Amino acid sequence: MAEQPILELKDLKVYFKMNNGFLQSKDIVKAVDGISLKIYPGETFGLVGESGCGKSTTGRAIVKINTPTEGQIFVNGEDITKIKGAELKQFKQDVQMIFQDPYASLNPRMTVGEIIREPMDIHNIYDTKEEREERVRELLELVGLKPDHIRRYPHEFSGGQRQRIGIARTLALNPKFIVCDEPISALDVSIQAQVINLLEKIQKEMGISYLFIAHDLSMVKHISDRIGVMYLGNLVEVGDSDSVYTDPLHPYTRALLSAVPIPDPETARSRQRVILQGELPSPINPPSGCVFRTRCPKATERCAKEKPELKQVKDRLVACFLYEDNKE
Amino acid sequence: MEMKSEELELTPDLFKKLDESEKNAEKIVYESKTYFQDAWNSFKKNKMALVGLCFILLMIVCCVFIPILSPYTYDGQNMAIANQGPSLAHLMGTDRFGRDILVRVMCGGRISLSVGFAGALISLCIGVVYGGIAGYCGGKVDMIMMRFVDIMYSIPDILYIILIVVVLEPSMTSIMIGITISSWMGMSRQVRTQVLTLKEQEFSLAAFVLGASHSRILMKHLIINCMGPIIVQVTMLVPSVIFNEAYLGFLGIGLSAPQASWGTLANDARHIMMSYPIQIVWPVLAICLSMLALNFIGDGLGVALDPKKK
Repeated sequence: MAEQPILELKDLKVYFKMNNGFLQSKDIVKAVDGISLKIYPGETFGLVGESGCGKSTTGRAIVKINTPTEGQIFVNGEDITKIKGAELKQFKQDVQMIFQDPYASLNPRMTVGEIIREPMDIHNIYDTKEEREERVRELLELVGLKPDHIRRYPHEFSGGQRQRIGIARTLALNPKFIVCDEPISALDVSIQAQVINLLEKIQKEMGISYLFIAHDLSMVKHISDRIGVMYLGNLVEVGDSDSVYTDPLHPYTRALLSAVPIPDPETARSRQRVILQGELPSPINPPSGCVFRTRCPKATERCAKEKPELKQVKDRLVACFLYEDNKE
Repeated sequence: MEMKSEELELTPDLFKKLDESEKNAEKIVYESKTYFQDAWNSFKKNKMALVGLCFILLMIVCCVFIPILSPYTYDGQNMAIANQGPSLAHLMGTDRFGRDILVRVMCGGRISLSVGFAGALISLCIGVVYGGIAGYCGGKVDMIMMRFVDIMYSIPDILYIILIVVVLEPSMTSIMIGITISSWMGMSRQVRTQVLTLKEQEFSLAAFVLGASHSRILMKHLIINCMGPIIVQVTMLVPSVIFNEAYLGFLGIGLSAPQASWGTLANDARHIMMSYPIQIVWPVLAICLSMLALNFIGDGLGVALDPKKK
């Protein structure tokens, strides 16, 4: 892969300080603890993991809502963690985000037209208001809404329609990369398909790359080219979406995939469920060594002492000692 | 099997054209209403609030026109008709210098109401900017700014209103400065709390990701979304400013004669209350009814502008 990645994370860490009150020691929450990944142009990278594993924080760090504690983020080969001024403005045009809750992500006091026009107003795209209005109408049609919806307010729309308005807003700047932070988890199943199809159509037409964050594994497999599995702030497995789905290597990925419902009772009955013991450890005091060892059915002594790195195993990257010996 | 497929042969007459209405799946029939149209509709349903609004509007019209149309002036003395009771010539009677009380109450209303509205508006501007900045910046800035508000709150306000009015000479400006300084803190606290919650909402994060400047996020996304509580707070602030001004007038540190506000009129009438009690009734009635009406309006707006109370 000689192609330059559109987005590259190098050892990204995002820590939060917990304020325990006056004169109390401050705990540090390690939301994202050293993530490295590359996303190539036109690709969809799915990021999965259970709640609180740091997948949304990763997405938010990329669009600069959260500041990384350590590590670098490269967009088109340029480190964006410390950019300012004109570069920052260009970055904001290139990298956009679609939010989870379509009821909270649109300003209730603005009309749909104003909402979609706002990015163009901020970045001074097009000279006249008429050109911008024209573009707003185009975008509305692109996402399957009617151009005469322009004067209406967000509360008059359904969840799916609102999410499409949100998508139209992000497209107004012609971004090259979009972080989709669980864009479908707040929608009905029937509407989910509609929004997913729209996202795929846009990708085909405009060649945008997505970082698709979700916890619905079957949906992620459907839309993604590659999948990254996160556990407690760490990436444990990265690989081609089909191969990860059919042949999971990391014990956590196995457990995660065995929980996906299968729409065939015969297969569902015959398969073996991997049931994890215990609770997700607190990110304030993550376990030493491999973060998954406290719940891993195959944990050894070595897992408590050393932290496994992401290493090439077969066709993908896995962070587990189980596969290291096989390779050597 | 073969039989079945023969049976299931597809002919064009098996298909029906889709209804035209299917094309309009995205259409919204509901008439589009802006936020304020919606609020006005629910405000109209509140009878008390509507009565209050009518009363205040009537009061403003009277205050503007009665002194212009009346044959008497607010400072024209005529000792021959001093201390008369209500009559056809003088609807509210005359005071101890023979001045028409109706004209004086209306002139007082001009001053009282304009002090009330102007004071509330100035407090609004200071409070919104101050609270907005404190809430938006958060952290240490917020801590320091809000502790300053706490300190201001802990000083009895009438104390520094009196100090300011005495130092700056009693006039409308000095009274307004004093009252404004004592009344912006409530507004700033309200705005701060609202901004604190709103800035974590996804639409303000979205504006940030789109590259909006801080001032744009604050004004177009945060402040505009706390307009409801702000408007309610302002309508509640107007009567309290009027009350404060009347209070100062009654203490004798308000406007100097012959100018008068409702407070100073009540103070003047107080000296001769034993002999001519009717004279104190008029300004006090004006104060009471206006404050009551404004409070009704505030309550009505509170319900109309807050979607949770509907």
